[in-house]
Amino acid sequence: MSDYIKDAIITGVWETFIMTFFASLFSYAVGLPLGVVLYSTSKGRLLENRGVNAVIGTIVNITRSLPFLILLVLLIPFTRAIVGKSIGTTAAIVPLTIGAIPIVARMVEASLSEVQPGIIEAATSMGASPLYTIIHFVIPEAMPSLLQGGAINVATVLGYSAMAGVIGGGGLGAIALQYGYYRYDKPVLWTTVTLLIIMVMLIQEFGIRLSKKHRKA
Amino acid sequence: MENVYELNNVYKTYKNDGREFTALKGVSLEVKEGEIFGIIGMSGAGKSTLVRTLNRLEEVTSGTVSFYGKDLAALKPAELREVRHSISMIFQGFNLLNQRTVIQNVEQSLKIIGVPRVKRRKKAEQMLEIVGLLEKCNEYPARLSGGQKQRVAIARALAADPKVLLCDEATSALDPKITGEILDLLKKINEERKLTIIIITHEMAVVEKICDRVAIIDDGNLAEIGDVKEVFSNPQSKAAKKLVFPSNPFEASHPDGKVIRLVFDGTQSSVPFIANLVEKTGIKVNILSANTKSVGGIGYGQMIVELPESQKERQTAIDFFRDGGLSVTEVS
Ligand SMILES: Nc1ncnc2c1ncn2[C@@H]1O[C@H](COP(=O)(O)OP(=O)(O)OP(=O)(O)O)[C@@H](O)[C@H]1O
Ligand SMILES: [Mg+2]
Repeated sequence: MSDYIKDAIITGVWETFIMTFFASLFSYAVGLPLGVVLYSTSKGRLLENRGVNAVIGTIVNITRSLPFLILLVLLIPFTRAIVGKSIGTTAAIVPLTIGAIPIVARMVEASLSEVQPGIIEAATSMGASPLYTIIHFVIPEAMPSLLQGGAINVATVLGYSAMAGVIGGGGLGAIALQYGYYRYDKPVLWTTVTLLIIMVMLIQEFGIRLSKKHRKA
Repeated sequence: MENVYELNNVYKTYKNDGREFTALKGVSLEVKEGEIFGIIGMSGAGKSTLVRTLNRLEEVTSGTVSFYGKDLAALKPAELREVRHSISMIFQGFNLLNQRTVIQNVEQSLKIIGVPRVKRRKKAEQMLEIVGLLEKCNEYPARLSGGQKQRVAIARALAADPKVLLCDEATSALDPKITGEILDLLKKINEERKLTIIIITHEMAVVEKICDRVAIIDDGNLAEIGDVKEVFSNPQSKAAKKLVFPSNPFEASHPDGKVIRLVFDGTQSSVPFIANLVEKTGIKVNILSANTKSVGGIGYGQMIVELPESQKERQTAIDFFRDGGLSVTEVS
């Protein structure tokens, strides 16, 4: 493997890391509140609201059911409008974020739904408002599960970032595609694939440890 | 004494997917300030539903629940939350926050009402001291036994100085010894803080041990209500009889035999009547069952006896017991 390729791989790792990090961050910034809204407006929950739940639920379901590759292409104009270009690492963060938001939202909703109704009942009986109950009872109780879900989501974003390489997103995915697919350079292909797997495993491991540390019961 | 609660003709109908179920059918009762009020009944009778109307966790379908004269149903959300600060509740499943320490759990009820951090911590420590768990203050609930968890829940419930404590099967998940300890603690708190306590249970022993008055709920109806010693020594309703004398089918040994129940209420429990009856009249009776229990420190007892066949002897025996101050009722 030439030094040139080695450098390209190192840059690729870095780009993958940057894309994954920011796309995860932004998708949680939007997906977490969305998940909380989905949870609290659903049937029998504290802020039950059919209308809000149906609208957000439908949008989330539609975005989530689009194959990510299609979403990538569909979002090109949108990405260009936001970051001024449609290729490169920064540009790839946009579709990655949009694609991850519905996944995060559903994951958060599922984690919050696991919290035992008794906890909410106790909060209500103490005179806590619905918002207070969600912030101080439901979310803290769901924390270990939220962290575990977080690790899964970040790993998903990492996988998507490799796909973003297809439309010029850079990162390990782009290298794998160029050298592995177009030139069929096996050593480079396997190196990038191994690196991707290692990154996913590191994220999972970190997430599980964090979740375990937080889990008190 | 003032009434904490007044329930007037309370109905509760659950509606699920077009199916209706009426869990409370016109319950009216009063709970007096400072008393320990028991609500007992068979499983599914509507006890939890009833207690949950007391802090409006459950809305009533019709009728009124008033708390110190205020109709709970008329309160706006903010007012309801305010009132709930003075109505605490403990649960069968404890419902503690598992991801928070014991003291953080206790502090929660103070945090809700906006008590500042330092004051909150001090109050929480005091409460844990009262329930005897101060040394566990930094543990997580998962490390505690059931009895200890319920103590934490009690500390949490009492931290905000409520006027009433509602307990829904608070001891049902605990063994008899720990149940006894928790009940003693509740009794102590009732006496020291003049706290009104409402206890839901399906266990007679719980009511006998600490309640002043009891309501018996049967299939959504209030079957009987009164002082514990009266209801338990002389139950009137079928539901009450079934609870007080669960294994009642005392059949006479032959078809036209007569079985009666004698109830003594403490004053005469030391008198040996059966022996006296034989000695004074020569009439022998057949004892089918006998037991005594202590209700509020006084010994109560009941005895089920079968009387001889002769009508005359029967009457003599009944008169003898009545003269001795016992209450005599026919069983069959
Ligand atoms: N949310 C609900 N929807 C429909 N029916 C309900 C609901 N909650 C309770 N019920 C019904 O109301 C009746 C009374 O229930 P409740 O929980 O008050 O009984 P309980 O006396 O507390 O019984 P247990 O001793 O088993 O706790 C039961 O038949 C139950 O099935
Ligand atoms: Mg119940």
